[in-house]
Amino acid sequence: MPVLVYTENADGKFKKSTFEAVSYARAIADQNNTNLVAISIGDVSSDQLIALGKYGAEKVLNVSNAKLKNFINQAYASVIADAAKKEGADIVVLSNSFSGRGLAPRIGVKLQAGVADGAVALPEQTGKFTVKKTAFSGKAFAVVELTSINKVISLTPNSYKVVENGGAATVEDYAAEGNASDFKAMIKEIVRSTDKVSLPDADIVVSAGRGLKGPENWGMVEELAGLLGAALACSKPVSDAGWRPHSEHVGQTGIAVSPNLYIAIGISGAIQHLAGVSSSKVIVVINKDPEAPFFKVADYGIVGDAFEVVPKLIAAVKEYKASA
Amino acid sequence: MKILVCISNVPDTTTKITFTDNNTQFNNNGVQFILNPYDEIALARAIELTDGGNGTVTVINVGEASTEPTIRKALAIGATDAVRVNAKAHDAWYVAAQVAAYVKANPFDLILTGRESIDYNGSKVASMLGELLDLPSVSIIKKLDIDGDNVTVEREIEGGKEVLTTPLPIVAGAAEGVAEPKIPNMRGIMSARTKPLTVIEPVGVKTLSEIISYETPAPRGQVKLVAADDTAKLVDLLHDEARVI
Ligand SMILES: Cc1cc2nc3c(=O)[nH]c(=O)nc-3n(C[C@H](O)[C@H](O)[C@H](O)COP(=O)(O)OP(=O)(O)OC[C@H]3O[C@@H](n4cnc5c(N)ncnc54)[C@H](O)[C@@H]3O)c2cc1C
Repeated sequence: MPVLVYTENADGKFKKSTFEAVSYARAIADQNNTNLVAISIGDVSSDQLIALGKYGAEKVLNVSNAKLKNFINQAYASVIADAAKKEGADIVVLSNSFSGRGLAPRIGVKLQAGVADGAVALPEQTGKFTVKKTAFSGKAFAVVELTSINKVISLTPNSYKVVENGGAATVEDYAAEGNASDFKAMIKEIVRSTDKVSLPDADIVVSAGRGLKGPENWGMVEELAGLLGAALACSKPVSDAGWRPHSEHVGQTGIAVSPNLYIAIGISGAIQHLAGVSSSKVIVVINKDPEAPFFKVADYGIVGDAFEVVPKLIAAVKEYKASA
Repeated sequence: MKILVCISNVPDTTTKITFTDNNTQFNNNGVQFILNPYDEIALARAIELTDGGNGTVTVINVGEASTEPTIRKALAIGATDAVRVNAKAHDAWYVAAQVAAYVKANPFDLILTGRESIDYNGSKVASMLGELLDLPSVSIIKKLDIDGDNVTVEREIEGGKEVLTTPLPIVAGAAEGVAEPKIPNMRGIMSARTKPLTVIEPVGVKTLSEIISYETPAPRGQVKLVAADDTAKLVDLLHDEARVI
Protein backbone atom coordinates (compact mmCIF):
# COMPACT_ATOMS: atom_id res chain seq x y z
CA MET A 1 0.00 0.00 0.00
CA PRO A 2 1.58 3.31 -1.05
CA VAL A 3 1.99 6.40 1.10
CA LEU A 4 0.07 9.46 -0.12
CA VAL A 5 1.47 12.98 0.42
CA TYR A 6 -0.51 16.14 -0.20
CA THR A 7 1.72 18.81 -1.76
CA GLU A 8 0.39 22.21 -0.78
CA ASN A 9 1.10 25.19 -3.01
CA ALA A 10 0.82 28.92 -2.44
CA ASP A 11 -0.21 30.81 -5.58
CA GLY A 12 0.82 27.85 -7.71
CA LYS A 13 4.27 27.49 -6.12
CA PHE A 14 5.43 24.71 -3.83
CA LYS A 15 7.05 25.84 -0.62
CA LYS A 16 9.91 24.45 1.41
CA SER A 17 7.46 22.91 3.90
CA THR A 18 5.95 20.95 0.99
CA PHE A 19 9.35 19.51 0.07
CA GLU A 20 9.88 18.64 3.72
CA ALA A 21 6.58 16.75 3.74
CA VAL A 22 7.48 14.87 0.55
CA SER A 23 10.95 13.97 1.89
CA TYR A 24 9.38 12.81 5.16
CA ALA A 25 6.71 10.77 3.36
CA ARG A 26 9.44 9.22 1.19
CA ALA A 27 11.22 8.03 4.31
CA ILE A 28 7.96 6.51 5.62
CA ALA A 29 7.44 4.76 2.28
CA ASP A 30 10.98 3.38 2.58
CA GLN A 31 10.23 2.12 6.09
CA ASN A 32 7.39 0.14 4.54
CA ASN A 33 9.11 -0.83 1.25
CA THR A 34 6.42 0.89 -0.72
CA ASN A 35 5.82 3.68 -3.22
CA LEU A 36 5.14 7.34 -2.63
CA VAL A 37 2.28 9.01 -4.46
CA ALA A 38 1.84 12.79 -4.28
CA ILE A 39 -1.37 14.69 -4.87
CA SER A 40 -1.33 18.31 -5.98
CA ILE A 41 -4.47 20.42 -6.18
CA GLY A 42 -4.55 23.75 -8.00
CA ASP A 43 -2.72 25.45 -10.78
CA VAL A 44 0.85 24.14 -10.56
CA SER A 45 3.25 23.99 -13.53
CA SER A 46 4.21 20.56 -14.84
CA ASP A 47 7.90 21.35 -14.23
CA GLN A 48 7.22 21.66 -10.56
CA LEU A 49 5.11 18.50 -10.52
CA ILE A 50 7.81 16.46 -12.25
CA ALA A 51 10.39 17.90 -9.87
CA LEU A 52 8.55 16.35 -6.91
CA GLY A 53 10.38 13.22 -7.98
CA LYS A 54 13.59 14.75 -6.67
CA TYR A 55 12.19 14.54 -3.17
CA GLY A 56 11.07 10.97 -3.64
CA ALA A 57 7.58 10.90 -5.19
CA GLU A 58 7.24 8.21 -7.89
CA LYS A 59 3.86 9.39 -9.11
CA VAL A 60 2.02 12.70 -8.90
CA LEU A 61 -1.76 12.98 -9.17
CA ASN A 62 -2.48 16.40 -10.61
CA VAL A 63 -5.90 17.89 -9.87
CA SER A 64 -6.20 21.01 -11.99
CA ASN A 65 -10.00 21.42 -11.88
CA ALA A 66 -10.59 25.19 -11.85
CA LYS A 67 -13.30 24.77 -9.20
CA LEU A 68 -10.59 23.55 -6.84
CA LYS A 69 -8.00 26.21 -7.62
CA ASN A 70 -8.34 27.89 -4.25
CA PHE A 71 -8.07 26.05 -0.97
CA ILE A 72 -11.40 25.03 0.58
CA ASN A 73 -10.55 22.52 3.28
CA GLN A 74 -13.85 20.68 3.01
CA ALA A 75 -13.46 20.03 -0.72
CA TYR A 76 -9.73 19.33 -0.57
CA ALA A 77 -10.31 16.79 2.20
CA SER A 78 -12.86 14.97 0.01
CA VAL A 79 -10.44 14.88 -2.91
CA ILE A 80 -7.46 13.71 -0.86
CA ALA A 81 -9.42 11.08 1.09
CA ASP A 82 -10.89 9.72 -2.18
CA ALA A 83 -7.43 9.58 -3.72
CA ALA A 84 -6.14 7.69 -0.69
CA LYS A 85 -8.94 5.14 -1.12
CA LYS A 86 -8.39 4.78 -4.87
CA GLU A 87 -4.64 4.38 -4.48
CA GLY A 88 -5.09 2.07 -1.52
CA ALA A 89 -2.89 4.34 0.60
CA ASP A 90 -3.19 3.76 4.34
CA ILE A 91 -0.87 6.61 5.39
CA VAL A 92 -1.52 10.22 4.36
CA VAL A 93 1.14 12.86 5.02
CA LEU A 94 0.85 16.64 4.80
CA SER A 95 2.44 19.76 6.25
CA ASN A 96 1.08 21.13 9.51
CA SER A 97 0.75 24.55 7.86
CA PHE A 98 -2.20 26.83 8.55
CA SER A 99 -4.11 25.11 5.75
CA GLY A 100 -2.83 21.67 6.69
CA ARG A 101 -4.29 22.10 10.17
CA GLY A 102 -7.73 22.62 8.72
CA LEU A 103 -7.32 19.69 6.37
CA ALA A 104 -5.69 16.82 8.26
CA PRO A 105 -8.52 16.39 10.83
CA ARG A 106 -11.15 16.28 8.08
CA ILE A 107 -9.17 13.67 6.13
CA GLY A 108 -8.79 11.75 9.38
CA VAL A 109 -12.54 11.62 9.95
CA LYS A 110 -13.23 10.57 6.37
CA LEU A 111 -10.69 7.73 6.53
CA GLN A 112 -11.47 6.83 10.17
CA ALA A 113 -7.80 7.46 10.73
CA GLY A 114 -5.98 8.55 13.83
CA VAL A 115 -4.33 11.92 13.22
CA ALA A 116 -0.82 12.70 14.47
CA ASP A 117 -0.64 16.48 14.22
CA GLY A 118 2.58 18.39 14.43
CA ALA A 119 4.92 15.42 14.01
CA VAL A 120 8.58 16.27 14.63
CA ALA A 121 10.22 12.95 13.73
CA LEU A 122 9.70 9.87 11.60
CA PRO A 123 7.25 7.30 12.95
CA GLU A 124 8.55 4.22 14.69
CA GLN A 125 6.94 1.04 13.51
CA THR A 126 8.08 -1.65 15.86
CA GLY A 127 4.83 -3.44 16.57
CA LYS A 128 3.14 -0.17 17.41
CA PHE A 129 2.94 2.76 15.01
CA THR A 130 4.08 5.76 17.05
CA VAL A 131 4.79 9.38 16.16
CA LYS A 132 6.52 12.03 18.25
CA LYS A 133 4.74 15.38 18.28
CA THR A 134 5.00 18.66 20.13
CA ALA A 135 2.84 19.05 23.22
CA PHE A 136 2.25 21.64 25.91
CA SER A 137 3.08 24.36 23.40
CA GLY A 138 6.67 23.29 22.98
CA LYS A 139 7.34 22.53 26.64
CA ALA A 140 7.33 18.79 25.90
CA PHE A 141 6.81 16.10 23.29
CA ALA A 142 4.20 13.37 23.31
CA VAL A 143 4.67 10.01 21.65
CA VAL A 144 1.31 9.11 20.14
CA GLU A 145 0.33 5.68 18.99
CA LEU A 146 -2.06 5.61 16.04
CA THR A 147 -4.18 2.54 16.69
CA SER A 148 -6.32 2.84 13.54
CA ILE A 149 -5.64 1.05 10.25
CA ASN A 150 -5.45 4.31 8.30
CA LYS A 151 -3.19 7.07 9.55
CA VAL A 152 -2.83 10.78 8.91
CA ILE A 153 0.37 12.60 9.85
CA SER A 154 0.91 16.36 9.63
CA LEU A 155 4.53 17.43 9.82
CA THR A 156 5.70 20.48 11.77
CA PRO A 157 7.47 22.88 9.37
CA ASN A 158 11.26 23.06 9.84
CA SER A 159 11.45 19.77 11.72
CA TYR A 160 12.50 17.43 8.90
CA LYS A 161 15.25 18.11 6.40
CA VAL A 162 14.53 18.29 2.69
CA VAL A 163 16.21 15.30 1.01
CA GLU A 164 16.90 15.42 -2.72
CA ASN A 165 18.02 12.14 -4.17
CA GLY A 166 15.21 11.03 -6.44
CA GLY A 167 14.58 11.50 -10.15
CA ALA A 168 11.59 12.65 -12.17
CA ALA A 169 8.06 11.78 -11.13
CA THR A 170 5.36 10.52 -13.47
CA VAL A 171 2.53 13.05 -13.56
CA GLU A 172 -1.05 11.85 -14.09
CA ASP A 173 -4.05 14.08 -14.55
CA TYR A 174 -6.49 13.16 -11.85
CA ALA A 175 -10.16 14.08 -12.24
CA ALA A 176 -11.76 15.14 -8.97
CA GLU A 177 -14.73 17.28 -8.08
CA GLY A 178 -15.30 17.24 -4.36
CA ASN A 179 -18.87 16.86 -3.06
CA ALA A 180 -21.61 19.36 -3.80
CA SER A 181 -21.92 20.27 -0.11
CA ASP A 182 -18.18 21.02 0.12
CA PHE A 183 -18.41 24.44 -1.47
CA LYS A 184 -20.49 26.42 1.02
CA ALA A 185 -17.50 28.50 2.03
CA MET A 186 -16.31 31.00 -0.56
CA ILE A 187 -13.04 32.84 -0.61
CA LYS A 188 -13.52 36.58 -0.99
CA GLU A 189 -9.98 37.78 -0.73
CA ILE A 190 -6.44 36.45 -0.39
CA VAL A 191 -3.75 38.85 0.75
CA ARG A 192 -0.22 37.56 0.65
CA SER A 193 2.70 39.87 1.08
CA THR A 194 5.47 38.74 -1.17
CA ASP A 195 8.23 40.82 0.39
CA LYS A 196 7.88 39.34 3.85
CA VAL A 197 9.30 36.00 4.98
CA SER A 198 6.52 33.88 6.45
CA LEU A 199 7.06 33.30 10.16
CA PRO A 200 6.12 29.61 10.56
CA ASP A 201 8.39 28.55 7.67
CA ALA A 202 11.32 30.88 8.31
CA ASP A 203 14.87 29.57 8.73
CA ILE A 204 15.81 32.63 10.73
CA VAL A 205 13.56 34.65 13.03
CA VAL A 206 14.41 38.04 14.52
CA SER A 207 12.14 38.74 17.46
CA ALA A 208 11.85 41.71 19.79
CA GLY A 209 10.07 42.45 23.03
CA ARG A 210 9.03 45.18 25.37
CA GLY A 211 12.68 46.11 25.86
CA LEU A 212 12.41 48.07 22.62
CA LYS A 213 10.20 50.64 24.36
CA GLY A 214 7.91 51.44 21.42
CA PRO A 215 6.89 50.67 17.84
CA GLU A 216 8.99 53.55 16.51
CA ASN A 217 12.13 51.57 17.40
CA TRP A 218 11.40 48.60 15.14
CA GLY A 219 13.37 50.05 12.22
CA MET A 220 16.60 48.42 13.35
CA VAL A 221 14.85 45.09 13.98
CA GLU A 222 13.43 45.17 10.46
CA GLU A 223 16.81 46.08 9.04
CA LEU A 224 18.51 43.18 10.80
CA ALA A 225 15.78 40.78 9.68
CA GLY A 226 16.02 42.05 6.11
CA LEU A 227 19.79 41.51 6.04
CA LEU A 228 19.43 37.96 7.34
CA GLY A 229 16.41 37.07 5.20
CA ALA A 230 14.59 36.51 8.47
CA ALA A 231 10.95 36.68 9.49
CA LEU A 232 9.91 39.12 12.21
CA ALA A 233 8.38 38.05 15.50
CA CYS A 234 7.55 39.64 18.84
CA SER A 235 6.51 38.87 22.40
CA LYS A 236 2.86 38.96 23.44
CA PRO A 237 2.82 42.33 25.23
CA VAL A 238 4.22 43.91 22.08
CA SER A 239 1.33 42.71 19.92
CA ASP A 240 -1.19 43.30 22.73
CA ALA A 241 -0.07 46.93 22.80
CA GLY A 242 -0.53 47.13 19.05
CA TRP A 243 3.15 47.84 18.41
CA ARG A 244 3.21 44.90 16.02
CA PRO A 245 0.51 42.74 14.38
CA HIS A 246 -0.81 39.65 16.18
CA SER A 247 0.51 37.48 13.36
CA GLU A 248 4.03 38.13 14.70
CA HIS A 249 3.28 37.05 18.27
CA VAL A 250 5.17 33.89 19.19
CA GLY A 251 4.89 31.77 22.30
CA GLN A 252 2.48 29.56 24.11
CA THR A 253 -0.54 31.57 23.00
CA GLY A 254 0.95 32.69 19.71
CA ILE A 255 2.72 30.95 16.89
CA ALA A 256 5.16 28.16 17.74
CA VAL A 257 8.31 28.37 15.65
CA SER A 258 11.31 26.12 15.16
CA PRO A 259 13.76 28.02 12.97
CA ASN A 260 17.48 27.28 12.69
CA LEU A 261 18.22 30.60 14.34
CA TYR A 262 16.07 32.63 16.72
CA ILE A 263 17.39 36.04 17.77
CA ALA A 264 15.58 37.52 20.78
CA ILE A 265 16.07 41.22 21.44
CA GLY A 266 14.79 42.82 24.64
CA ILE A 267 12.67 39.82 25.56
CA SER A 268 12.86 38.56 29.15
CA GLY A 269 12.19 34.88 28.38
CA ALA A 270 8.97 34.25 30.33
CA ILE A 271 7.90 30.60 30.40
CA GLN A 272 5.01 31.33 28.01
CA HIS A 273 7.34 32.94 25.51
CA LEU A 274 9.93 30.16 25.73
CA ALA A 275 7.23 27.53 25.16
CA GLY A 276 6.77 28.63 21.57
CA VAL A 277 10.41 29.15 20.63
CA SER A 278 12.44 26.59 22.55
CA SER A 279 12.58 24.12 19.68
CA SER A 280 14.63 26.63 17.67
CA LYS A 281 17.96 25.03 16.82
CA VAL A 282 20.13 27.99 17.87
CA ILE A 283 19.00 30.81 20.15
CA VAL A 284 20.75 34.19 20.46
CA VAL A 285 19.67 36.56 23.22
CA ILE A 286 20.38 40.26 23.43
CA ASN A 287 19.26 41.73 26.74
CA LYS A 288 20.64 44.40 29.05
CA ASP A 289 19.80 42.37 32.15
CA PRO A 290 22.34 39.57 32.74
CA GLU A 291 19.76 37.87 34.97
CA ALA A 292 17.10 37.68 32.23
CA PRO A 293 15.77 34.09 32.23
CA PHE A 294 16.22 33.89 28.44
CA PHE A 295 20.00 33.51 28.88
CA LYS A 296 19.42 30.15 30.60
CA VAL A 297 18.08 28.63 27.39
CA ALA A 298 20.24 30.54 24.93
CA ASP A 299 23.20 29.25 22.94
CA TYR A 300 24.78 32.68 22.46
CA GLY A 301 24.17 35.88 24.34
CA ILE A 302 25.12 39.51 24.48
CA VAL A 303 24.49 41.42 27.69
CA GLY A 304 23.94 44.97 26.57
CA ASP A 305 21.60 47.72 25.53
CA ALA A 306 19.72 46.75 22.38
CA PHE A 307 19.91 50.33 21.11
CA GLU A 308 23.70 50.00 21.01
CA VAL A 309 24.11 46.31 20.26
CA VAL A 310 21.65 45.93 17.39
CA PRO A 311 23.13 48.71 15.19
CA LYS A 312 26.57 47.17 15.78
CA LEU A 313 25.23 43.74 14.91
CA ILE A 314 23.74 45.17 11.72
CA ALA A 315 27.14 46.62 10.84
CA ALA A 316 28.84 43.30 11.54
CA VAL A 317 26.36 41.37 9.41
CA LYS A 318 26.86 43.87 6.57
CA GLU A 319 30.59 43.41 6.82
CA TYR A 320 30.25 39.63 6.85
CA LYS A 321 27.99 39.73 3.81
CA ALA A 322 30.36 42.04 1.95
CA SER A 323 33.26 39.66 2.56
CA ALA A 324 31.35 36.45 1.89
CA MET B 1 -28.91 33.06 17.59
CA LYS B 2 -27.70 29.95 19.40
CA ILE B 3 -23.95 29.66 19.80
CA LEU B 4 -22.01 26.70 21.16
CA VAL B 5 -18.50 27.22 22.52
CA CYS B 6 -16.33 24.15 23.11
CA ILE B 7 -14.07 24.68 26.10
CA SER B 8 -11.17 22.74 27.51
CA ASN B 9 -9.53 22.61 30.87
CA VAL B 10 -5.75 22.99 30.57
CA PRO B 11 -2.71 23.50 32.81
CA ASP B 12 -2.05 27.16 33.61
CA THR B 13 0.44 28.76 31.22
CA THR B 14 3.07 29.13 33.96
CA THR B 15 3.09 25.37 34.64
CA LYS B 16 6.41 23.64 34.54
CA ILE B 17 5.53 20.48 32.67
CA THR B 18 6.74 17.23 34.28
CA PHE B 19 5.79 13.57 34.00
CA THR B 20 5.54 10.54 36.28
CA ASP B 21 5.42 6.75 35.95
CA ASN B 22 8.45 6.53 33.74
CA ASN B 23 7.32 9.49 31.61
CA THR B 24 3.97 7.94 30.75
CA GLN B 25 1.69 10.22 32.79
CA PHE B 26 1.40 14.00 32.95
CA ASN B 27 2.16 15.08 36.51
CA ASN B 28 -0.83 17.17 37.56
CA ASN B 29 0.31 17.34 41.14
CA GLY B 30 0.03 20.97 42.25
CA VAL B 31 -0.95 22.10 38.75
CA GLN B 32 -3.57 24.80 38.47
CA PHE B 33 -6.04 24.22 35.65
CA ILE B 34 -7.56 27.07 33.66
CA LEU B 35 -9.97 27.75 30.85
CA ASN B 36 -7.91 27.35 27.66
CA PRO B 37 -6.84 30.91 26.67
CA TYR B 38 -8.09 30.58 23.06
CA ASP B 39 -11.45 29.28 24.29
CA GLU B 40 -11.72 32.49 26.34
CA ILE B 41 -11.43 34.42 23.08
CA ALA B 42 -14.12 32.25 21.45
CA LEU B 43 -16.37 32.73 24.45
CA ALA B 44 -15.83 36.49 24.48
CA ARG B 45 -16.82 36.75 20.81
CA ALA B 46 -19.90 34.57 21.37
CA ILE B 47 -20.99 36.85 24.21
CA GLU B 48 -20.45 39.94 22.04
CA LEU B 49 -22.51 38.44 19.23
CA THR B 50 -25.44 37.68 21.53
CA ASP B 51 -25.15 40.86 23.52
CA GLY B 52 -28.42 42.43 24.59
CA GLY B 53 -30.39 39.21 24.68
CA ASN B 54 -29.86 38.44 21.00
CA GLY B 55 -29.46 34.71 21.59
CA THR B 56 -27.75 32.27 23.92
CA VAL B 57 -24.25 30.96 24.48
CA THR B 58 -23.88 27.35 25.60
CA VAL B 59 -20.49 26.04 26.62
CA ILE B 60 -19.68 22.36 26.32
CA ASN B 61 -16.79 20.48 27.87
CA VAL B 62 -15.87 16.84 27.61
CA GLY B 63 -14.36 16.12 30.98
CA GLU B 64 -14.66 14.53 34.36
CA ALA B 65 -16.21 16.31 37.35
CA SER B 66 -12.85 17.94 38.14
CA THR B 67 -13.32 20.33 35.19
CA GLU B 68 -16.39 21.97 36.73
CA PRO B 69 -14.56 24.99 38.19
CA THR B 70 -13.45 25.86 34.65
CA ILE B 71 -17.01 25.42 33.36
CA ARG B 72 -18.28 27.69 36.17
CA LYS B 73 -15.67 30.25 35.14
CA ALA B 74 -17.12 30.26 31.62
CA LEU B 75 -20.58 30.75 33.11
CA ALA B 76 -19.23 33.60 35.24
CA ILE B 77 -17.74 35.25 32.16
CA GLY B 78 -21.20 35.23 30.61
CA ALA B 79 -22.23 31.90 29.05
CA THR B 80 -25.96 31.20 29.38
CA ASP B 81 -25.70 27.55 30.28
CA ALA B 82 -23.28 24.64 30.19
CA VAL B 83 -23.06 20.99 29.26
CA ARG B 84 -20.47 18.57 30.54
CA VAL B 85 -20.05 15.25 28.80
CA ASN B 86 -19.00 13.04 31.64
CA ALA B 87 -15.86 11.40 30.24
CA LYS B 88 -12.14 11.85 30.11
CA ALA B 89 -11.15 13.83 27.01
CA HIS B 90 -9.28 10.92 25.46
CA ASP B 91 -8.16 12.67 22.26
CA ALA B 92 -9.45 15.24 19.78
CA TRP B 93 -11.40 12.64 17.84
CA TYR B 94 -13.16 11.42 20.97
CA VAL B 95 -14.04 14.99 22.00
CA ALA B 96 -15.26 15.94 18.52
CA ALA B 97 -17.43 12.80 18.33
CA GLN B 98 -19.06 13.63 21.69
CA VAL B 99 -19.74 17.24 20.75
CA ALA B 100 -21.06 16.21 17.32
CA ALA B 101 -23.49 13.78 18.93
CA TYR B 102 -24.75 16.57 21.18
CA VAL B 103 -25.08 19.05 18.30
CA LYS B 104 -27.01 16.56 16.16
CA ALA B 105 -29.66 16.45 18.88
CA ASN B 106 -29.40 20.17 19.72
CA PRO B 107 -28.62 22.27 16.64
CA PHE B 108 -26.67 25.55 16.87
CA ASP B 109 -26.19 28.46 14.46
CA LEU B 110 -22.52 28.85 15.20
CA ILE B 111 -19.99 26.56 16.86
CA LEU B 112 -16.73 28.01 18.15
CA THR B 113 -13.63 26.42 19.63
CA GLY B 114 -10.24 27.88 20.43
CA ARG B 115 -7.62 27.60 17.68
CA GLU B 116 -5.94 24.91 19.74
CA SER B 117 -5.73 23.79 23.34
CA ILE B 118 -2.44 24.71 24.96
CA ASP B 119 -1.87 21.18 26.26
CA TYR B 120 -1.94 19.03 23.11
CA ASN B 121 -2.00 21.83 20.51
CA GLY B 122 -3.89 19.70 18.03
CA SER B 123 -6.05 22.33 16.28
CA LYS B 124 -8.24 19.38 15.40
CA VAL B 125 -11.61 19.59 17.15
CA ALA B 126 -13.08 22.37 14.98
CA SER B 127 -12.29 20.64 11.68
CA MET B 128 -13.33 17.21 12.93
CA LEU B 129 -16.64 18.68 14.09
CA GLY B 130 -17.09 20.33 10.71
CA GLU B 131 -16.53 17.00 9.02
CA LEU B 132 -18.83 15.07 11.35
CA LEU B 133 -21.60 17.64 10.92
CA ASP B 134 -20.94 18.26 7.20
CA LEU B 135 -20.41 21.96 7.88
CA PRO B 136 -17.69 24.35 6.72
CA SER B 137 -14.89 24.75 9.23
CA VAL B 138 -12.06 27.22 9.57
CA SER B 139 -9.47 26.12 12.06
CA ILE B 140 -7.71 29.40 12.89
CA ILE B 141 -9.65 32.62 12.57
CA LYS B 142 -8.47 36.13 13.35
CA LYS B 143 -11.83 37.85 12.82
CA LEU B 144 -15.47 36.81 12.69
CA ASP B 145 -18.47 38.91 11.71
CA ILE B 146 -22.07 37.89 11.18
CA ASP B 147 -24.40 39.56 8.74
CA GLY B 148 -27.86 37.96 8.69
CA ASP B 149 -27.39 34.31 7.82
CA ASN B 150 -23.86 34.75 6.57
CA VAL B 151 -20.59 34.79 8.38
CA THR B 152 -17.35 36.37 7.24
CA VAL B 153 -14.12 35.14 8.77
CA GLU B 154 -10.53 36.06 8.27
CA ARG B 155 -8.03 33.26 8.57
CA GLU B 156 -4.28 33.34 8.79
CA ILE B 157 -2.17 31.91 5.98
CA GLU B 158 1.62 31.88 5.73
CA GLY B 159 2.66 35.46 5.07
CA GLY B 160 -0.87 36.81 4.79
CA LYS B 161 -4.55 36.34 5.32
CA GLU B 162 -7.61 35.02 3.57
CA VAL B 163 -11.18 36.25 3.90
CA LEU B 164 -14.01 33.72 3.53
CA THR B 165 -17.79 33.96 3.64
CA THR B 166 -20.14 31.11 4.30
CA PRO B 167 -23.76 30.66 5.28
CA LEU B 168 -24.34 29.72 8.92
CA PRO B 169 -23.86 27.34 10.60
CA ILE B 170 -20.09 26.90 10.60
CA VAL B 171 -17.42 25.69 13.01
CA ALA B 172 -14.45 27.98 13.66
CA GLY B 173 -11.40 28.03 15.94
CA ALA B 174 -10.81 31.44 17.50
CA ALA B 175 -7.38 33.02 17.77
CA GLU B 176 -6.20 36.44 18.88
CA GLY B 177 -7.89 39.30 17.10
CA VAL B 178 -11.36 37.74 17.25
CA ALA B 179 -12.16 39.34 20.62
CA GLU B 180 -10.57 40.46 23.87
CA PRO B 181 -11.03 37.90 26.66
CA LYS B 182 -13.53 39.03 29.30
CA ILE B 183 -12.90 39.03 33.01
CA PRO B 184 -15.86 37.86 35.10
CA ASN B 185 -17.41 40.52 37.33
CA MET B 186 -18.95 39.97 40.77
CA ARG B 187 -22.46 39.61 39.38
CA GLY B 188 -21.24 37.05 36.87
CA ILE B 189 -19.50 35.05 39.56
CA MET B 190 -22.61 35.06 41.77
CA SER B 191 -24.97 34.08 38.96
CA ALA B 192 -22.63 31.36 37.67
CA ARG B 193 -23.47 29.25 40.69
CA THR B 194 -27.10 28.94 39.71
CA LYS B 195 -26.83 28.82 35.92
CA PRO B 196 -27.75 25.42 34.46
CA LEU B 197 -24.90 22.92 34.10
CA THR B 198 -26.23 19.72 32.58
CA VAL B 199 -24.17 16.56 32.83
CA ILE B 200 -24.70 14.02 30.07
CA GLU B 201 -23.16 10.60 29.54
CA PRO B 202 -20.83 10.00 26.58
CA VAL B 203 -21.75 8.12 23.42
CA GLY B 204 -19.68 5.08 22.53
CA VAL B 205 -16.69 6.05 20.37
CA LYS B 206 -13.84 3.89 19.12
CA THR B 207 -10.62 5.72 19.90
CA LEU B 208 -7.98 6.07 17.20
CA SER B 209 -4.91 7.20 19.10
CA GLU B 210 -3.21 6.72 22.42
CA ILE B 211 -0.45 8.75 24.08
CA ILE B 212 2.10 6.22 25.19
CA SER B 213 4.87 8.41 26.61
CA TYR B 214 6.25 11.91 26.94
CA GLU B 215 9.64 13.50 26.50
CA THR B 216 11.03 16.78 27.65
CA PRO B 217 13.30 18.81 25.36
CA ALA B 218 17.01 18.14 25.69
CA PRO B 219 18.60 20.82 27.87
CA ARG B 220 20.85 23.30 26.09
CA GLY B 221 24.46 23.72 27.01
CA GLN B 222 25.82 26.75 28.83
CA VAL B 223 25.23 30.04 27.02
CA LYS B 224 28.30 31.51 25.28
CA LEU B 225 28.47 35.20 26.07
CA VAL B 226 29.97 37.63 23.61
CA ALA B 227 31.05 41.16 24.57
CA ALA B 228 28.59 43.90 23.62
CA ASP B 229 31.11 45.67 21.43
CA ASP B 230 32.23 42.51 19.67
CA THR B 231 29.24 41.77 17.46
CA ALA B 232 31.63 40.61 14.71
CA LYS B 233 32.55 37.71 16.98
CA LEU B 234 28.88 36.75 17.28
CA VAL B 235 28.53 36.77 13.50
CA ASP B 236 31.62 34.54 13.21
CA LEU B 237 30.25 32.09 15.76
CA LEU B 238 26.90 31.92 14.00
CA HIS B 239 28.67 31.29 10.72
CA ASP B 240 31.58 29.02 11.68
CA GLU B 241 30.38 27.22 14.79
CA ALA B 242 26.59 27.15 14.71
CA ARG B 243 26.50 27.22 10.88
CA VAL B 244 23.15 28.96 10.80
CA ILE B 245 24.08 31.98 8.67
C1 LIG C 1 -2.05 33.27 29.74
C2 LIG C 1 -0.76 33.89 29.31
C3 LIG C 1 -0.25 33.58 28.06
C4 LIG C 1 0.91 34.19 27.60
N1 LIG C 1 1.40 33.85 26.37
C5 LIG C 1 2.52 34.46 25.90
C6 LIG C 1 3.04 34.16 24.62
O1 LIG C 1 2.49 33.36 23.88
N2 LIG C 1 4.15 34.81 24.20
C7 LIG C 1 4.79 35.74 24.96
O2 LIG C 1 5.79 36.30 24.51
N3 LIG C 1 4.32 36.03 26.18
C8 LIG C 1 3.20 35.43 26.67
N4 LIG C 1 2.72 35.77 27.90
C9 LIG C 1 3.34 36.90 28.61
C10 LIG C 1 4.60 36.52 29.34
O3 LIG C 1 4.26 36.06 30.62
C11 LIG C 1 5.51 37.75 29.48
O4 LIG C 1 4.80 38.77 30.13
C12 LIG C 1 6.01 38.31 28.14
O5 LIG C 1 6.58 37.28 27.37
C13 LIG C 1 7.04 39.37 28.39
O6 LIG C 1 7.34 40.04 27.20
P1 LIG C 1 8.75 40.78 27.06
O7 LIG C 1 9.82 39.83 27.33
O8 LIG C 1 8.72 41.44 25.73
O9 LIG C 1 8.64 41.92 28.15
P2 LIG C 1 9.32 42.05 29.57
O10 LIG C 1 9.08 40.86 30.40
O11 LIG C 1 8.90 43.37 30.06
O12 LIG C 1 10.85 42.04 29.26
C14 LIG C 1 11.53 43.05 28.57
C15 LIG C 1 12.97 42.65 28.56
O13 LIG C 1 13.69 43.61 27.84
C16 LIG C 1 14.90 43.89 28.51
N5 LIG C 1 15.30 45.25 28.14
C17 LIG C 1 14.73 46.42 28.51
N6 LIG C 1 15.35 47.46 27.92
C18 LIG C 1 16.32 46.93 27.15
C19 LIG C 1 17.32 47.49 26.32
N7 LIG C 1 17.41 48.80 26.12
N8 LIG C 1 18.16 46.66 25.69
C20 LIG C 1 18.08 45.30 25.87
N9 LIG C 1 17.18 44.74 26.66
C21 LIG C 1 16.30 45.54 27.29
C22 LIG C 1 14.60 43.72 29.96
O14 LIG C 1 15.80 43.40 30.67
C23 LIG C 1 13.59 42.58 29.95
O15 LIG C 1 14.25 41.33 30.08
C24 LIG C 1 1.58 35.14 28.41
C25 LIG C 1 1.08 35.43 29.67
C26 LIG C 1 -0.07 34.81 30.13
C27 LIG C 1 -0.56 35.14 31.50
